[in-house]
Amino acid sequence: MIEQHLPLLVPITYLFSALVIPLVGLAGRRYAYPVALIASLLATFAAARGLSVALREGAMRYAFGGWAPPIGIEFVLDPLSSCMSVLLTGLTSLVLIHARRPVESEVSGKEIPFYSVTMLLMTGLTGIVLTGDLFNLFVFLEISSLAGYAIIAVGEKPAPVAAFRYLILGTIGATMYLIGLAFLYMLTGSLNMADLASIIPQLPLTPPLVVSFAMMVVGVGLKMALFPMHGWLPDAYTYAPSTSSALLAPLGTKVAAYVLLRVMFFVFQPSFGRDMLPVGDVLTYLAAGGILFGSILAIAQKELKRMLAFSSVSQIAYIALGIGFGSQLALTGAVLHIVNHAFMKAALFLVVGNMRLVVGHSRIDQFDDSLRRLMPWSMAAFTIAALSMVGIPPLAGFFSKWYLVLASIERSAWGIVAIILLTSLLSAVYFFRVLERVYLRPLQAIGGSGFESLARKEVTMSMLVPTLTLSGALFILGVFNTTIVTKVIHAMLPPAL
Amino acid sequence: MLPLLAVMASLAAVPLILLSSRFPNLRETWTISAAVLKFAFVCALVPGALANKSAVISLIDLSPGVSLAFKADPLGVFFATIASGLWIFTSFYSIGYVRGLQEEKQTRYFASFAVCLSATIGIAFSANLLTFLLFYEILTVATYPLVIHKETPIAISAGRKYLAYTLTAGVVLIAATAWTYHVAGRLDFRPGGLLAGSNLGSGEARLLFLLFLAGVGVKAGIMPLHSWLPTAMAAPTPVSALLHAVAVVKSGVFGVIRVVGFVFGPELMHRHGFDSVVMVLAAATIILASLLALTQDNLKRRLAYSTVGHLSYIVLGAALLSPSGFTGGIYHIATHATMKITLFFCAGAIYVQHHKENIGDLNGIAREMPWTMGAFTVGALGLAGIPPINGFFSKWYLGIGALEANEFVALLVFLLSGLLNAAYFFPIVYRAYFRTSEHNNNGHGEASPLMVVPLVCTAILSVVFGLAPNLFFGFFDLAMSITQSVLSGGRI
Repeated sequence: MIEQHLPLLVPITYLFSALVIPLVGLAGRRYAYPVALIASLLATFAAARGLSVALREGAMRYAFGGWAPPIGIEFVLDPLSSCMSVLLTGLTSLVLIHARRPVESEVSGKEIPFYSVTMLLMTGLTGIVLTGDLFNLFVFLEISSLAGYAIIAVGEKPAPVAAFRYLILGTIGATMYLIGLAFLYMLTGSLNMADLASIIPQLPLTPPLVVSFAMMVVGVGLKMALFPMHGWLPDAYTYAPSTSSALLAPLGTKVAAYVLLRVMFFVFQPSFGRDMLPVGDVLTYLAAGGILFGSILAIAQKELKRMLAFSSVSQIAYIALGIGFGSQLALTGAVLHIVNHAFMKAALFLVVGNMRLVVGHSRIDQFDDSLRRLMPWSMAAFTIAALSMVGIPPLAGFFSKWYLVLASIERSAWGIVAIILLTSLLSAVYFFRVLERVYLRPLQAIGGSGFESLARKEVTMSMLVPTLTLSGALFILGVFNTTIVTKVIHAMLPPAL
Repeated sequence: MLPLLAVMASLAAVPLILLSSRFPNLRETWTISAAVLKFAFVCALVPGALANKSAVISLIDLSPGVSLAFKADPLGVFFATIASGLWIFTSFYSIGYVRGLQEEKQTRYFASFAVCLSATIGIAFSANLLTFLLFYEILTVATYPLVIHKETPIAISAGRKYLAYTLTAGVVLIAATAWTYHVAGRLDFRPGGLLAGSNLGSGEARLLFLLFLAGVGVKAGIMPLHSWLPTAMAAPTPVSALLHAVAVVKSGVFGVIRVVGFVFGPELMHRHGFDSVVMVLAAATIILASLLALTQDNLKRRLAYSTVGHLSYIVLGAALLSPSGFTGGIYHIATHATMKITLFFCAGAIYVQHHKENIGDLNGIAREMPWTMGAFTVGALGLAGIPPINGFFSKWYLGIGALEANEFVALLVFLLSGLLNAAYFFPIVYRAYFRTSEHNNNGHGEASPLMVVPLVCTAILSVVFGLAPNLFFGFFDLAMSITQSVLSGGRI
């Protein structure tokens, strides 16, 4: 019986817990964390059920309040949305298992609002993914954005400024999306995605249609931190608390990428952004620029979190590249990279959280081999994730690049091939810069305390297990990538490419 | 199943090695047993390869239509036998070396070594380009901890240079592989070329070949892509011995043979004139590397340049695409391996016992280390091409191959290089035997038996292979059958 409510269960679980947390918080701060964790695990379970149903029986629709679409709002559980919701909920659960200690130390005293807002963030993100209504999507976008600003602003001293910058740019992005949507509504009188998909092909190519498409793409691109609209991202990720970065970096921008995919290939026809307007090409060029720009700036960073943030700019651009090409191979690569990059970045940011807890900082120029002595397992996880980012097979990162390279060759886009491969080398430079310090730079002995006298100070199991799970998953995602591609990703790609 | 077992034998030893880091003897037992086991698995594959019945095992798909697959074809078995066989000697030698020098982080050393060997055998048995690429990259990464093992600034900068070269080669190879997949729709190696018969334009073919050549050429030390190799001599000597004379660099050469014989194939090579390109590069490398070797005073660096030169013998032999040339080239993989590993072992033994790295300091050392220098002399004579040591044998075939292909220049290169080999090796032998040292270096003597026995064994192997190339496993027949299958385009 509950099966038919599956599309709804994930966001509603998060929303419910967001409201429950302040209530149980009245009884004591320590109850906030278990509620958040349990809610997240339940949501993961529901999402996993949703995925298996969607893969088995195809798309599942849920009309709110019995109002049939296109008048009412509907939630749609199709392979794409269910896979995204599994990714979102699963990673959130892992990050939350990890979160208790870092949150206690970094946002102490504010646990109740922090967890409550985190749950709101997840309500928003999963809502965006599952809704079948473009305006409803805007509402969830705003929910997630506002929650995102809040959990960033609670971080280090410069964090409120970073969050404010994000707020300004994020609002501009959301507004552009809304304006685009308004044009579309004006032309079609509908907001339902499936309904729009059947109306738009019959419309003539008028300026309002073009403007609406362009506005939506640009607005979403801004939320996605697509170069050159990435300005908000580095500061936001750097100064946010570790747990916020670990949630936002792997998930936040990916959801925007999902929206881009949804709008360009499911609401509009795939050919619209390719033949009618050169949007795909523009995306490709921007992505190529972003891939290079992000990697080069990542090399220049002194703070590990900031380096990872710029690396995100570059990796997001990979996804945009795949969307820009829009062929089957390219979209496969893009979606696979959404998954792979989410795992890699989550693992890396969790390690940063571990570092901050153990040694109290994550400044690259102060790393030395005491780190591997203090936290060998965290560093091993970091190494695996870093090698995956560089693209060493059989780790996951190699395979999404493989599909993207294949897609570029298919298009004879040799420049893009060169850029993708060059960036692999650039990422090797910035990751080995860190690894070399961690493993090979002798401890800067202070007061005669040598390397040998350091006792292991690895983080607790609750933090270590999620970190190692994520980096171990990179092997599995890599080795079984074909299974994922043929069983899941091919099912979620738009039928008419 | 056997190819997979052969690959996994040393990989399975890695966790055991890591877990027994506190018990050095137990840890080394794992290494030795993995080495022996691996060699046994590889040997069990030899009869099948000789009978041209290659064991094939295909695991899961790495990319739709391209699986992680192993195939123990003659070329793979040939290379795997050498690498895994010499690993046994190197393991014993390593134990003597790292204990003699009381190296730190021995566990990391032995664990990385085991991963490298798995990757090497993986390369040997790869049935398609993607599997090859996978193990090629693993080998790159797994060798890095060995190159920087000493953790001195020199070693660290050598590590950087090594990664810069090999990772770049790796991504170039990714591009080449992806492109091949796009053109041919499949990636499995086949004798005579998987691209044979594809409608590849001449310009595209050139670019693709260039990508492949750069991708495998770095590890094969083809000039101007060689300079990481002398720098990587900062690694401990057993690493230089097995990886920088056998496993890693031969993986590169093996890659060249795969590309020439199994990806492009003789027909395409001829049609587009790639054979001449490779020949020119290889010939230039042979001569230049030999000349550069003359100028090195550091023993290991001289050996490294000599390696660069000899790797190109193999490349040149493959590029001749004549029956004897191809066979000689393949056979030189084995002969150069046994000789050069002997020389490196000797260099390491001298370093451990006398802490001497430079040739100028080796006066009279033969009196101290008769066995070591005896073995060194055998290796040096062999590399210069003096019969009955196996180096003569492969060079003979390479020479005949040059004549078969009507490439007199190539023949001249081989002969000239033989002279140059003599010119840079014999002074060492001369110093060791006929000069007396000004310093009194009595009392050090030979290194431990753990080091001396392996190096004497490899020297004996060099002689035995020279006298009877087919004595073990029908080695020479194996090389011939590879040539036959490649040159006849897979039709046997």
